[in-house]
Formats: sequence, C-alpha cells, structure tokens
Amino acid sequence: MKLARFLLGRIASLVFVLLVVSLLTYAVFVLLPADPAQLACGKPCTPERLQTAREFMQLDHPWFQQWFDFVRGIFTGRTFGTGGAQFTCPAPCLGYSFRLNAPVTELILGRFPVTASIALGAAVLWLLAGVASGVVAALRHGTVIDRGLMVAAITGVSAPSYLVGLLGILLFGFTLDMVPVSGYVPFRESPVDWVWHLVLPWVVLALLNAAIYTRITRGQMLEALSSDYVRTARAKGIGESRVVTRHALRNVAIPITTLFALDLGGLLGGAVITERVFSIAGLGALLMDAVGSTDVPLLVGVTVFTAAIIVAANLAVDVVYSLLDPRVRVGRP
Amino acid sequence: MDDQSGAPLLRVRDLDISFGSPAVRGASWQLQRGRVTALVGESGSGKSVSAMAVLGLLPGTATVTGSIVFSPDDRPGADSDRTELVGASADTFRAVRGAIFSLVSQEPMGAWNPVLTLGDQVAEAVQAHRGRGHRSPPLDRSDLRSRVHHLFTEAGLRDPARIAGSFPHQLSGGQLQRALIAMALAQDPVAIIADEPTTALDVTVQAEILDVLRRLQAERGTAVLLITHDMGVVADLADDVVVMQQGRVVEHAPVGELFSRPRHPYTVQLLASVPRLEAHHATAAGVSGTAHLSGQTASPADHPPTTDREITEPDLPTVRLEQVGVVHPGRKGAAPVVAADGVDLTISPGEVLGLVGESGSGKSTLAQVIGGLLAPTSGRVLVDGVDLQHATRAQRNGRRRTTGIVFQDPASTLNPRWSVGRSVAEPLRLHTDIDDRARRERVAGLLERVRLDPALAQRFPHELSGGQRQRVAIARAVALRPRLLIADEPTSALDVSVQASVLALLEELQADLGFACLFVSHNLAVVEQVADTVAVMKSGSIVEHGPAARVLQDPRHEYTRALVAAAPVPDPHLQRERREARWAVKA
Repeated sequence: MKLARFLLGRIASLVFVLLVVSLLTYAVFVLLPADPAQLACGKPCTPERLQTAREFMQLDHPWFQQWFDFVRGIFTGRTFGTGGAQFTCPAPCLGYSFRLNAPVTELILGRFPVTASIALGAAVLWLLAGVASGVVAALRHGTVIDRGLMVAAITGVSAPSYLVGLLGILLFGFTLDMVPVSGYVPFRESPVDWVWHLVLPWVVLALLNAAIYTRITRGQMLEALSSDYVRTARAKGIGESRVVTRHALRNVAIPITTLFALDLGGLLGGAVITERVFSIAGLGALLMDAVGSTDVPLLVGVTVFTAAIIVAANLAVDVVYSLLDPRVRVGRP
Repeated sequence: MDDQSGAPLLRVRDLDISFGSPAVRGASWQLQRGRVTALVGESGSGKSVSAMAVLGLLPGTATVTGSIVFSPDDRPGADSDRTELVGASADTFRAVRGAIFSLVSQEPMGAWNPVLTLGDQVAEAVQAHRGRGHRSPPLDRSDLRSRVHHLFTEAGLRDPARIAGSFPHQLSGGQLQRALIAMALAQDPVAIIADEPTTALDVTVQAEILDVLRRLQAERGTAVLLITHDMGVVADLADDVVVMQQGRVVEHAPVGELFSRPRHPYTVQLLASVPRLEAHHATAAGVSGTAHLSGQTASPADHPPTTDREITEPDLPTVRLEQVGVVHPGRKGAAPVVAADGVDLTISPGEVLGLVGESGSGKSTLAQVIGGLLAPTSGRVLVDGVDLQHATRAQRNGRRRTTGIVFQDPASTLNPRWSVGRSVAEPLRLHTDIDDRARRERVAGLLERVRLDPALAQRFPHELSGGQRQRVAIARAVALRPRLLIADEPTSALDVSVQASVLALLEELQADLGFACLFVSHNLAVVEQVADTVAVMKSGSIVEHGPAARVLQDPRHEYTRALVAAAPVPDPHLQRERREARWAVKA
C-alpha cells in the first residue's frame, strides 16, 4: 500500500521532470539561429516555399504551442500536412524528422537495441571486474596485489576511451585479426556475431568504469571490514568467506548498486565516443547526426528519450535502495 | 591469586602487544572458571587490546608475544588439552571464537550488521560451529527459530519473536545490548568477554544489563572477562580485578581486597578520582537500603514536579524559562518528537544548576535553548532579563558575549586547523577591540588560568590530550568573563582521573568569576559534586528540582529514586546492599 503510493509519487515527479526537460529543450531550440524550415526548403528558396515549409512543419505556431503539440503527440500521435502530402506520426510520437522523413520514435527504437546491447554488456563486465578486484584489493590491503590493482585502476581511469578503443582495434582487429573492427549484428540474426562485434566496445567501455568501481569497492570494503559489526561476526566463529560476503559485501552493495543504476542509465542514452570509434549506429551516433544536421525534431526527441531513461534509472535506484537497505525501506516504520 | 586449585581457564603471561609502539607490556593475569575478572584502566591502558588478543581479533598491524593459555579442563593430567593462543592459527581462533569465548562489545548500535535482522544474526551464531566439518549437525529451521527465541528470552527480552524480526535501527540501545548477550550465549561459551558492555547505555539500563550478566554467571557458571573503566561497574559485578596502566598490570586482586586495601598508588589514585554520591553513604550509614527505598513507595508514584520553596529567588535571575516547549517535527509520516514540554526553570546569578536525565530526556535540547542555539517552539526564554525570541540584534550579541558554552567532545568542538591560541582568542577578536599584543597576553593568561602551559597556544588540537583539549574549550568559554556558563556533559568523554581535575577546575573558575552555570550531565555523582541545585528531566519535563543534597539524598520523585538507585557505587559491599534493595523493591 505504502509502496504503491511511493511509486505513484515517484512516477508523478518523473513525468514532471520530463515535461520540464522537454519545455527547456524547446525553448533552447527556438532561441537557436538555425531554422529547420530554411534547411528543408532547399534551393532556390523562395519566401513562398519557405512559408509553406513552415506551415507544414507547424513552425508558424508560437513555440509554447509547438511544445504543447509535442507533448500531446506523445499520447495521441500527430499528422503533418494535408491531402496527398501527408505524414502521420503515430503515438507515442516524439516528433517527425523531415530530413530523414521518418517519425523520431521509429528512429530511436531502431537504434536503441544497439545502444542497449553495448551498455548492458559493458555494465555486466565492469560491475563484475570492478567489484571483484575491489574486494580482492581490500582483502589484500597493503600487499603487492592491492598496489598493483590500484595502479591498474588509476591507469584505467586516466586512459581516454577513444585511445584505448583505437589501440584495441589496431591490436585485436588488424594485427591479430581476432575480432571485427566495426559494425553491429542484431542478436536475433546471429548471437555469436552479436557478441563478436561487441566484445571490443564492451571491454573498452567497461575499462574506465571498472577502474572507478574498483576504487570505490575497495574503499567501502576497507571501511566495512574494520567496522564493529564485522568484528562481531568474526567473534561468532563463522568462516572468513561468510564474514566477507554476508556481512561486509552485503553492506558495500548498497552504495555500489546506487551508483551502478545511475551509470547504466546514463550510458543507455548513448555511448557517443565508443559508438563513433567502432562505427556502430546507436543512439549516440543518431544524436551526433542530429546535431550535425540541425535536425531539431530529432534532437528534441532524442533528448527527451535520454532524459526519460535517466529519470527512470533514478526511480530504479530508489526502489532497489529501499529493497537493499532496511533503514530506508518503504512501508516500514 | 594462585590459590585456586587446578589450571585457570585463561592464563596470560608476559603478554606484549605492539602496534609499532607498545600497547601492552609484560602483562600477566588469569581468568578463573565461573568467575568475573575485570580488566580496569583508563583509555590507552591496553585493557581492550588484551581482550581482543584472546579472540585473535587484533588488526594485522599488531605484533603479539608472550603467552595466553586456555585450559578447557582443570582436572590434573588434562594438560594436553591446553591451547596456546598467541600465534595460534586462524582455524584455532575460529574454533575458539563464539564456542569457548564469546564477545559482547561496547557500542550496541554499531555491533549489529544494519542490513540483517537480529534473528538472522543470532541464528548465524547458533550455526557457526555446526554442520560440515563439525561434530554437531546444523539445526533445522524450526529448531533454530525456537533456539534463537529461547536465547532472547534468556537475555531478558520479553518479545523474542518481534526482536528476531527487527533490524538494529528499530530497537533501543538496551534491547540491542541484551540481544548481543543472547548472541554471545548462542554456543554455550565457557566465558564471555564483555568489552565496556554498558558504557553507551543509560544508568538504569546499565543496571539491568549487569543484572543479566550476573544471573548468567550464577545460573550457567559462565566466566566473564569484563573490560571497563567504571569502578562502580567493577564493584557491582567483578570477583577479581586487574588494574592496568599504560600497558602494564599494576595490581591484581580480589575485588573486596582491592577496594578496601588498594596497594598500588595508581589504584589508590584511580579510586580517589571516582566521584561518589553522598546519598549512597547515607544509605549505608543508618537507614538500611531496603527500608529507605520501601519507605518511599508510600508516596504517590507520579506526583507533579516537587520544587522546593527554599530556593531563594532574587529579583532578576540569570536564566528564566517559562513554559518552554520544543517540538522537533517528525519526518514525513512519523510522529513529532517532544524534546521539552512546559519547562519552568530559573538559574540565579552565581548558581550552579545540575540538569540530569537519561539520553533523550531533552536535557541537551534545553541547554541549546538557553544558549540561544535553538529557538523554542513555545514559551519564553529570558537570559539576564532579555527575551531571546524578541531580542534586538544588539541584545542578542550582548547575550552571546556573556554566555560561554563548553560541549561534551572537545575533539570536535575545536577547529582542527586552528591553533589553540587562535581558538581561545576568537571570542576576544569578535567581541572586544583589544589589539593583537593585548590579545596574546590575554590568551596566555587564560591558558595559565586553566592550568595549561601558555606555550601550547602554538599547538593544534590533535597534538593535545583529551583533558588538555577540554581545558582549552573551557578557556575559550570563559575568555569574556561570562555571566552564564553552559556545560553540556563536559567530562563525559574524559577518563576518570582527568574528569576529577577538570571538575575541580570548573569549580575553581566558578568561585573566582561567579558565573551562573547550567551543568548538564547523566552522572549523578558528578552533578552532586559541582551543583548547588539539581533539576531532573524525564521525557522533556522537569520532574524534580531542588537543592542538590536534598534531591540526591532524599529523592521524592519515583524517577529520581530509580536513577539514584541504579547508579553503581565504587564499593562492592555497599553495591551489593543497594542491589538487593533495588531487587526487593522490584519484587
């Protein structure tokens, strides 16, 4: 009951945040000098043709009405133009890209599985590698292993992903010829090729975050291992592995999970650099494309979609947090 | 001490423990079967470190030499069963922990894993030495549950099912400490190592916990290694006492002998520094404890605050509280917390008012209200005739100049990045126009006044001891010759010998400067020593208020009586009488 109310409250605030994001995005793009109608009208562009294009794109309305139409379109869909030159954009309509001649929603959904594949695979890798090496470093605190892992972590944090990515392509793609150097194969077509094409991007993307997670896990573990409750657990006479997993790691998992959900949410909005380096057509590439060609409807659509994912990740954090930590558990005194 | 037949349960010989610098030096002592041995000493004496060495729970940076021998059996010829614990393997320690020696530690809140229920954590202790690789099979679910509930009941927890299903943050300190004892009993250990088991608890809860430990020792024959700095606790529970100073054992004697004929000068000093409540001696001389307490039951249990008329009230009191209430709004959904409720209180010029009560009674809240650090929700606060709520900026500033505050923990109330001199000079800089040289001279004078070397002005707080830091805080508080000094548990973080000297300093300053003082403390003996009048606070209300000697020696309110009865006295014989009197009243 309380959980339902909590969730409803969170979802309401989520919707509010998205409205504000879309409003701000609209305001910003109206203030930009670029005129989508000008770009679409082509050459020679007579004032009449420009006016027609404006009306067609509904740019002749005041900007807040454009925004209102955009929001309404998410629920009801929209239609542009009349008669034979009619474009429909079914709900949920995040706008219509006149440049690519397609509804933005369709474009995003075409790219999202690609980005999700990159993000989820990399996330699993960095979480496993980061937490594992963080725990090992903490348990071997002060030894050569600890110091070695910390040096590796600092290197990982410092190395720019485009550099690591290019070096990876050079070494594993060309010199050793082990993996394809670019492109993407959908999972449904061939799971093996899917993995094969993504393994290098995963590793490159995971490297940076794994380094960060190693450092955080190590710090949190050291704190937990010196805590009173771990001493209590040891004083019971239970085995050290149980002390580490059930007592120390269980507590460390709380901040790590929070961080993980937020990082994953951010990445699902597009891994711009990684997609560019490996020539993978994901959301990040779509966004770069939209920026490069001043495709305002596409820009707005992708921005709102990305914001939605990040806000949803925050909601997930709240829910997971309350499941992991009884002190903030919803519906309990 | 070697008059016991057979081998002691634990024999420690020439124990040295070092963390780079030595923490324990050549300590030798024993724990006898079924008896309570107290390791006593001030912070840094090596008592906790010694106890952790028995369990092998010292950090990896510690080097341990010497001998700690555990003998499971005292029959002659059972020598082969002896185990040397210094340098023992991880497996040996694991076998010993929980099953032979279990631990009850100091901070009950921190000792529990915050994300597991108490039931789960106790169940884990029950199963620790069962199952694969052990002699006994693991218990099944229902047996395990009933065993856990039984343990909670044995530790004096009345609602075992609810306790088992609770997370640590849902329970009180006293409940958590009882549950820790339950967990310590889970494997029927030969001895419990209790490391300051009651230090974090209120005095009435402390008395209950000590009762539980005593009962277990009597009923189960469990030996207890008690680590404490509180001589009252020692007198209440211990059979044998080991006094430690700077890592060395200076005296090792049965409790009666130690208190009546202390041999080592340090023991004498330690016993002399413990503030004693006169009321206890009044009980011993003449009126027997039982009669004294049972006589009180005739008076109504919850009569309104008894305020003695004999407190003389001059025209303008330094502090006057009229119907002061403080309500902290509860977090969303939670009930608001009433920290003070209709409090009327006055402090006359030059009067030292001791405000006593248990944690959460609202005494610190009241101190903050009087200090102008917290606005009351209702009522009026008049300091020197100025209504704090409606004071002008200048009036408030003036009031700050004439109010000095000393807090509990000097380590966190002195800016760690400021030199001592700068901290003491700050009020002078803010409220006076004197030049740098004059200010330096004043600071030097103030430091001398609190018995510190003026050269310490250049030092930083971390270079000072706890007692020195509190002296600095006092110097800062009296820098502007305040008319009112608020001292909130000023000696609670200090060792007992340091506490005695800080209290003496406060008394001396008060006599010289003549300020009125609000002295907040949970320690009745300390309050009796410094206060002219005493106000007793419970759940946000003053339940009794009067001259110190009257309130503490002839308490009229039931709650004050309970507080006085629960405070342990550093005298084993007297403490036993008082304990029996307390039980008689309960029964």
